[in-house]
Amino acid sequence: MATEEHGSGLQIHPMDQFVVKPLFGDGPVHWYTPTNVTLWMGIAVLAMIALLVLSTRRGARVPSRGQSVAELFYGFIHKMVEDVAGHEGLKFFPYIMTLFMFVFLSNMLGLIPMSFTTTSHIAVTAVLALLVFLTVTLVGLYRKGVGFLAMFWVTSAPLALRPILAVIEVVSYFVRPVSHSVRLGGNLLAGHAVIKVFAGFAGAMGVASVVPIAAIVAMYGLEVLVAAVQAYVFTILTCVYLRDAVDEAHH
Amino acid sequence: MATEAHGEAGQAVGMPQLDFSTWPNQIFWLLVTLVVIYLVLSKVALPRIAAVLADRKSTITNDLAAAEELKQKAVEAEKAYNEALANARSEAAKIVAQARAEIQKDVDAATAKADAEIAAKAAESERTIAAIRDGAAAAVAEVAREVAVELVAALGAKADADTVTAAVAARLKG
Amino acid sequence: MEGELALMGKYIGAGLAAFGLGGAGIGVGNIAGNFLAGALRNPSAAPSQTANLFVGIAFAEALGIFSFLIALLLMFAV
Repeated sequence: MATEEHGSGLQIHPMDQFVVKPLFGDGPVHWYTPTNVTLWMGIAVLAMIALLVLSTRRGARVPSRGQSVAELFYGFIHKMVEDVAGHEGLKFFPYIMTLFMFVFLSNMLGLIPMSFTTTSHIAVTAVLALLVFLTVTLVGLYRKGVGFLAMFWVTSAPLALRPILAVIEVVSYFVRPVSHSVRLGGNLLAGHAVIKVFAGFAGAMGVASVVPIAAIVAMYGLEVLVAAVQAYVFTILTCVYLRDAVDEAHH
Repeated sequence: MATEAHGEAGQAVGMPQLDFSTWPNQIFWLLVTLVVIYLVLSKVALPRIAAVLADRKSTITNDLAAAEELKQKAVEAEKAYNEALANARSEAAKIVAQARAEIQKDVDAATAKADAEIAAKAAESERTIAAIRDGAAAAVAEVAREVAVELVAALGAKADADTVTAAVAARLKG
Repeated sequence: MEGELALMGKYIGAGLAAFGLGGAGIGVGNIAGNFLAGALRNPSAAPSQTANLFVGIAFAEALGIFSFLIALLLMFAV
């Protein structure tokens, strides 16, 4: 019965857009195969170069339009790192800027119709989140040694509660990369899938498809917001986690 | 749906996100991308933007300092101007006083000369007047004597000229 | 017949999992509303707290996304 319904009028394949396929031919996807992932990540790199390198080519004291945008990105992330992660966190500014530019540009490029959203794949976001997790853990252990583990021992709580809180803290510490990655991937996956579902409705409704198309327009606006906010949230959470590792007097 | 796990390419079966056969590919290209972005940012873009921002900041600071300096200079220049003005004014006053003194001296000299001339003229005039007066007095004495002689003659008496003269002289002196 | 029952259970489960998004909506609305209330009470302190606002929203929203993912898994991956 279900297969019959799939065969009839309502054809919705919201997940098709996320398929990883080779750019050339139809062969199997090896680890080195150039795929649509490669293509859109490459476009993200080119966009980053255009945004931050080509626009600042002249290095003018009075900035051009493109250079103003580049300086805006720079100032925004620089201020975020300094405010949230503290002055010590500025050493990691290029790293955080890398994460932000990649996530932001991938999100935005994914909004182009027919494009491929690299950050909607849990494989990508998991690697990003694990990199942050490993960086924070290793930097924290390197800088503070055993003192880093004191983060889990909440001295402000009553003594009897501390072991329980320690367990909760440890668990929440290790859940961080999971929520960090699933938040980003899930948000984009959900938004793109919803738009595709509405698009499937539009195909089956004839004249009344004005309604789902209007809904798609509204969703698209929301998705632009989500793309920017999720990049911001990913970056600021990175800064928040980093503060645990570099802050001298942690909260 | 799990049974149709191997559909044709291009059509998703299940969630492509959970198709673990594509994970190595994605992770590999992601790492390549991140390394490229990191290198470009840390070697080119960020130092360049930081340099531009620092340059702008220092330029603004310098310009503000220069403006402050210029303002200071303007204040000094105004002070110097006022000073010069005051100097010029006092100099002018001095010159005026000097000129006035010189003029005064000239005037005094001219006045003194004029006074002397006037005095000389006055003395001459007095002398002339005295001469005229003496002449007049002599003429009066002469006329008086002649009148007296005539009177005496008219009164019928023979008057000695010397006596009459003496009498008139005594009378005139009297 | 058995397969249809499993399919039915799958779709019902996916629909039930979508309820979790309502919880996330309540949570995000609560955070945003409380932020606005606090910001109107003390507007000068508001800009310094926008980062915390977004972090809180992100945390609340992540849990809703989890339930959405469970719905997706039921729909497409089970």
